Amino acid sequence: MTSLRIQQGAAGARVLGLGAYRPRRRVTNDELAQTMDTNDEWIQSRVGIAERRWAEPDETLVEMAVAAGGKALAASGLAPDAVDLVIVASASLRKPIPGMGPLVAHRLGVNRPGAFDLNAGCAGFCYALGVAVDAIRAGSAVNALIIGVERLTDVTDLTDRGTAVIFADGAGAMVIGASDEPGIGPVVWGSDGDQHTAISIPEGLPHMTMAGQAVYRWATTKLTETLFAAMERAGVGPQDIDVFAPHQANLRIIESMAKKLGLPESTVIARDIVQSGNTSAASVPLALTALIESGEAKSGDTALVLGYGAGLTFAGQVLQLP
Amino acid sequence: MSSTQEIQTGVAEILEEVAGVAPADVSPEKSFTDDLDVDSLSMVEIATAVEDKFGVAIPDDELGNIKTVGDAISYIEKNQ
Repeated sequence: MTSLRIQQGAAGARVLGLGAYRPRRRVTNDELAQTMDTNDEWIQSRVGIAERRWAEPDETLVEMAVAAGGKALAASGLAPDAVDLVIVASASLRKPIPGMGPLVAHRLGVNRPGAFDLNAGCAGFCYALGVAVDAIRAGSAVNALIIGVERLTDVTDLTDRGTAVIFADGAGAMVIGASDEPGIGPVVWGSDGDQHTAISIPEGLPHMTMAGQAVYRWATTKLTETLFAAMERAGVGPQDIDVFAPHQANLRIIESMAKKLGLPESTVIARDIVQSGNTSAASVPLALTALIESGEAKSGDTALVLGYGAGLTFAGQVLQLP
Repeated sequence: MSSTQEIQTGVAEILEEVAGVAPADVSPEKSFTDDLDVDSLSMVEIATAVEDKFGVAIPDDELGNIKTVGDAISYIEKNQ
């Protein structure tokens, strides 16, 4: 049998730029209280959300992905042509043929990249980042654009106070590139498929349902080991973490995780959920971009990120901010 | 094996720690949600703390049946 050649890519990958798109329409808790049996105090104490963004009809998944991706490309300093891999992570594409990746790449002027969509629920962005880093290390790509984008309002019953107050829309993007000095640690990922009904669109229903207590318990008990494993594989510990940016699902989960990790006082904890709600695959890059724009996170900071959600899926890694 | 009184004291300690409930307010007839103002997510935290403290398992579908402090005490007694 003929032996096949394989290739070796870069020693590592690093983050080159981030970008976000937040839909124009800001929806406050008081606005929701006008149409359903809820109030600001109830929402803030349960999930920690003060307001969220809901996309309007022209703010489609592709338009939001292009907007966020364009900003990340501009921040990276790369020409679009330098990108050879585009991954769009989303769980809210209602017509999956064709996927968004090729069109988003084309709209951004990226020339014939490997391009595809990835659905790992709210863990999608961190899964996509793991795939992209491994592609760069294997020599399949040199520079990658990863985008998390959601219009969860399309798959949420906007009259149900249990979910309508939580889910929201937006896009976040990151450009990464080959680097001799690794700036992104190994991904630690996995899934608990026995809980596949915990967050789902049940047969015959147009909307998502969530077993809130089961997901809350899973997130606050089972994912701590993933966070510690992500740090261990990157060769860092809690004292090295400047920024903790987990998926923005529920402020109480974020606070619980931060407490269990034993992070130092100085660690900046992403609380973008307060302004953005739960934007699923978009939440991690949205949260990181918000911290960079506000100056709370600085260039060179070491960040611990984690995505988790429908599947149930989870993925985390350590990365250095550009 | 803990006695009923020990279990109630232990549950009261967990309620104070997780939800800030004064131990003096805790008695078997009290409803977690209606009397002690414990919300559904705090109930999950109470369940995991009870699991750790008393070595019992409280699956999510059982959790929905535990409405009062007394329900929790008898569940622990039956399963420890």
